[in-house]
Amino acid sequence: MTELRQTPLHEFHVAKGARMVPFAGWDMPVQYPTGLMSEHNHTREAAGLFDVSHMGQVLVRGESPEAVAAALETVTPASVAGLQPWRQRYGLFTDASGGILDDFMFANHDTHFYLVVNAARTDHDLGVLRSVDGIEVEHVTDRALLALQGPLAEEHLARLVPAVTEMVFMDNRVLDWEGHELWISRSGYTGEDGFEVSLPEGAAVAFAEALLADGAVWPIGLGARDSLRLEAGMPLYGHDLSPEITPAKAGLAWSVPKVRRPGGSREGGYPGADVIGPELDDGPSRVRVGLRPEGRAPVREGVELFADETSTEVLAVVTSGGFGPTVGGPIAMAMLPAGTEPGSTVFAELRGKRIPLTVTDLPFVNLHYKR
Amino acid sequence: MIKYTEEHEWLSLADGIVTVGITQYAADELGDIVFIELPEEGEEVTKGDEIVVIESVKTASDITAPLDGQITEVNQAVVDDPATVNADATEAWFFRMRVTDEAAFDSLMDEAAYKEMIG
Repeated sequence: MTELRQTPLHEFHVAKGARMVPFAGWDMPVQYPTGLMSEHNHTREAAGLFDVSHMGQVLVRGESPEAVAAALETVTPASVAGLQPWRQRYGLFTDASGGILDDFMFANHDTHFYLVVNAARTDHDLGVLRSVDGIEVEHVTDRALLALQGPLAEEHLARLVPAVTEMVFMDNRVLDWEGHELWISRSGYTGEDGFEVSLPEGAAVAFAEALLADGAVWPIGLGARDSLRLEAGMPLYGHDLSPEITPAKAGLAWSVPKVRRPGGSREGGYPGADVIGPELDDGPSRVRVGLRPEGRAPVREGVELFADETSTEVLAVVTSGGFGPTVGGPIAMAMLPAGTEPGSTVFAELRGKRIPLTVTDLPFVNLHYKR
Repeated sequence: MIKYTEEHEWLSLADGIVTVGITQYAADELGDIVFIELPEEGEEVTKGDEIVVIESVKTASDITAPLDGQITEVNQAVVDDPATVNADATEAWFFRMRVTDEAAFDSLMDEAAYKEMIG
């Protein structure tokens, strides 16, 4: 096994008593002494600070912003050309059969584009980007990435960087903190208002300590990050998204705007367009939905689902599942046949018993973005 | 006297009845517990039978019967509020059982041996 990589905040985590676990080749904090449940609740009720420096930060440059946008649209069905300067969008990398190779955020930084990709897919995504003609791809490895999430995120980031109050959801800014250049995005992976801040690795610990200084912001581990994103109905690559799943089946049709669909002014031109386009028009055979298991037992990833209590035909398999602290009970996601109505019941096979689950719309909690 | 198993259960014996819970170490390792399923009262169990299911926010795990015997009582309070186990695992017992062979209880680990095992 190769040695685990450490983020610039590794010693900070250990000093805070974090339990460290291997994640996507990195040694990451899964929880701090207060525990997942209270970290989760604190993020929803106040503010939490997450180290997401393991994620891949990538800069893409070219002859002109228009040329870079056009080049990126050959590898993603997102609308890159339609993105205004200092705005951010969600995108997917797809393969020739229409499957999802990764999901990512991209932002127009005027002279170049800034991408954040999944840690486990960084090498893969760099390969995809470097295969595109006419762009320069830089993997940024000397910056940390922190996420500050929760209703008090704005107040506490503004203590250090007052101008963030002018930003709305999916805005990007480059701002200064004590001589350090911060790349700030108003977005996140929790369903709460919040920010992601890229900063020079040498400034990361001081910045994190400054955010935590008055005790209102807590450090939060990857465990709560997962329960928060699950409640927010957000898919996780390698679990809810994979090469076997198309954008429409993943419930991500919104990430392929009209302009890239059949008949649009910049239709197709990305891998799998001949599958993805028609499926968006016709509707997918399956779609990702939420599930609320009866009782308190979590129904986790990999558990088989059935149409009724006796059927032997597997209807679907849970792609993500666990306990939702804010929901106050177990929650799960799966791709069920299209047309499965919210409110209908499916059954999970759990320890030899069939447990009923109610099909629900996503997300499981209200989202609180600053629009 | 309190005895311990390699499965991180604690056991206390009084009048031929053994009370069983999980250790604070085990509760801390599991993280926030959200679901507990206990055996039926009256159930005959054999050492090693998986008779308790514990689900935490992180993981699912089983607790096995520490000795042969019959379940005499289960603690519904930990089913209703599993967080009480995290709060004080030495108070939040799971079940009581009448053991077939009290000598088997005596051969379990004492506190010093358990502490050495968890390091």
